[in-house]
Amino acid sequence: MKICVLVKSVPEAGVTKRINPSTGRLERGGETRDNPFDTHAIEAAMQLKEGGELQVDEIVAVTMGPEAAAKALRKAVSLGADRSIHLSDEALAGSDVNGTGYALARVLATESPDLVLLGQQSDDGECYTIGAVVADHLQMPSLTQVIKIDVEGGALRCERQAEYGYDTVSIPLPAVISVGDAINEPRYPSLKAIMGAKKKPLETKSAADAGIEADRVGYDHARAHCAEFAEPPAKAAGQIIEDEDTSETVEKIVAWLDERKLLA
Amino acid sequence: MSGILVYALHYEGAFNKNSLGAVSEGARLASELGTECHAIVVGEGVSDELAASLGAYGASKVYRVEGPEGLAQPVVDAMEAAIAAGGHGYALFGGGLLGFEIGAGLAARLDAGVCMEVTNVRVEGGKLVAERPILQDSQISSVHYRSDVGVIIGRLNAFEIKQTGGTATVEDLSVEFKAHSLQAKMLQRGEQRGADVNIEDADILVAGGRGLGNAESFQLLEDLAGALGGAVAATRAVVDAGWYSYSAQIGQTGKTVAPKLYLAAGISGAIQHKVGMQGSENIVAINKDANAPIFEFSDLGVVGKLEQIVPKLTEAVKARKGA
Ligand SMILES: Cc1cc2nc3c(=O)[nH]c(=O)nc-3n(C[C@H](O)[C@H](O)[C@H](O)COP(=O)(O)OP(=O)(O)OC[C@H]3O[C@@H](n4cnc5c(N)ncnc54)[C@H](O)[C@@H]3O)c2cc1C
Ligand SMILES: Nc1ncnc2c1ncn2[C@@H]1O[C@H](COP(=O)(O)O)[C@@H](O)[C@H]1O
Repeated sequence: MKICVLVKSVPEAGVTKRINPSTGRLERGGETRDNPFDTHAIEAAMQLKEGGELQVDEIVAVTMGPEAAAKALRKAVSLGADRSIHLSDEALAGSDVNGTGYALARVLATESPDLVLLGQQSDDGECYTIGAVVADHLQMPSLTQVIKIDVEGGALRCERQAEYGYDTVSIPLPAVISVGDAINEPRYPSLKAIMGAKKKPLETKSAADAGIEADRVGYDHARAHCAEFAEPPAKAAGQIIEDEDTSETVEKIVAWLDERKLLA
Repeated sequence: MSGILVYALHYEGAFNKNSLGAVSEGARLASELGTECHAIVVGEGVSDELAASLGAYGASKVYRVEGPEGLAQPVVDAMEAAIAAGGHGYALFGGGLLGFEIGAGLAARLDAGVCMEVTNVRVEGGKLVAERPILQDSQISSVHYRSDVGVIIGRLNAFEIKQTGGTATVEDLSVEFKAHSLQAKMLQRGEQRGADVNIEDADILVAGGRGLGNAESFQLLEDLAGALGGAVAATRAVVDAGWYSYSAQIGQTGKTVAPKLYLAAGISGAIQHKVGMQGSENIVAINKDANAPIFEFSDLGVVGKLEQIVPKLTEAVKARKGA
């Protein structure tokens, strides 16, 4: 069977993220890294393969994004993916959740995966929704925020925390699962794997290659159009204590609490 | 008619508070738009009484659909059918988890725009505009819909519950579920992990996150909470890891609290945690990372290692109180 893993390249944690008000798009300058939540999805794929209860023949990493996004694919491949697909096209730039999920689903459809794994959220978009969009297009059962996957009779027994506590849900394959960060501890790529990553096949696809209808993607066709970026009401900055001498620090905290009558 | 359709989540005979907030918000917006607010309930044997009770929050009609509970995909089918019948212009969800899954699935189904984590909705030129904080709440963007239906997924506690005392008619809607929508099977729902602890009544909460490093370290917080006369709370990260009880979890899929003092140790301050505690009167944070987001919304931030600070703080509080 084949597992496809969705990975995304996002701005480096230290980079100040900002929307350019004239284009309404995230400024993508500066260093990027692979979305940390996606490494859990790759690790989950590797554990399913190594677990042996499912015969996993191939793990394919898929991303949609500009040229630089290929970096996330190299990381995925160094972590164990066998090959990767890069959907890249100027026409896709500025797509909203609806457009991105549709486009990714079109690419996935060409692969007919038995399982699609993705992260619980992208570090920059923070939409938590791509999985459910992709699943609806692919007409596959789906669950998000999954923190445990066991194989049981060829189906996946998944656990996740929802509104009222932990749910355990059985999902037959093919399926789309987004994983939470508590699901595993992602491994580090070996130096050999990093070196070898460049040799594994990487296929670049245009929107047309994937059969994507041009009027469903890109900034101009976003069904949810982001405009007017405002600053939230400023909150008075709190007091900050750097802990150098802990006895002194603690004294200051106690005084602060005392002043607010919290030690009564 | 471009009415508003609100999904109302229920569990063990009661509606979710965030859903009630969403119905109230839907009713407010509908009246501003000069249209109606309808609600939809999907479940097994939902009583007339339960369904009709949404009238008190402003729904004029409640669609009742017989179907599996706790899973998103059957609800997507149900809402698609309701919108086909009622011609609604917007689908609205309160904060939580299922709203993300249902709203996103519905957006895909209807080729609709979707906006999540919405903190405010305004009417502009006869249309709804959703406001959403982005990039760790550093900016607020306004989202305009360019589709027949606009999907609005609220942030936890964003919509206020208001009883208007109206009544609703209950209409049974039979839905032909898609094959893939019925494939996932709920084996167990709402499992409570860990001891049942009461944090809602506490005036003082000492909350711990992944920075504690392990379950044993929660003893440090138990001691401090004991000295302060409060209770211990936790983040999802540590609850998922099995370090602390689910019943003590604060945030999006946990509890919402507003104590006099919220002291957070080893917590980064993710949005999903913040939404459950930002109403606290005084927020103190101890975190070794000076750039942790929690310092953006704490009143007193202490940059340092909790294992060094917390035990000494416990002693100091005891000494002060003993005096
Ligand atoms: C749909 C959804 C729902 C969610 N629901 C919830 C929810 O209900 N509640 C919730 O809490 N989260 C929820 N989350 C998860 C949330 O996004 C965060 O992942 C989580 O809150 C992080 O928990 P944390 O702060 O304990 O861990 P981390 O983010 O890992 O932060 C740990 C912090 O500890 C600090 N630290 C480490 N060591 C030390 C030390 N020795 N001394 C001092 N500081 C130290 C680090 O600097 C870091 O800032 C949800 C997420 C999603 C997507
Ligand atoms: N452009 C993209 N390319 C590939 N995968 C993506 C892309 N955007 C989002 N994803 C996947 O969807 C997950 C959830 O993202 P989001 O819904 O944006 O928070 C991420 O963790 C990724 O696995």
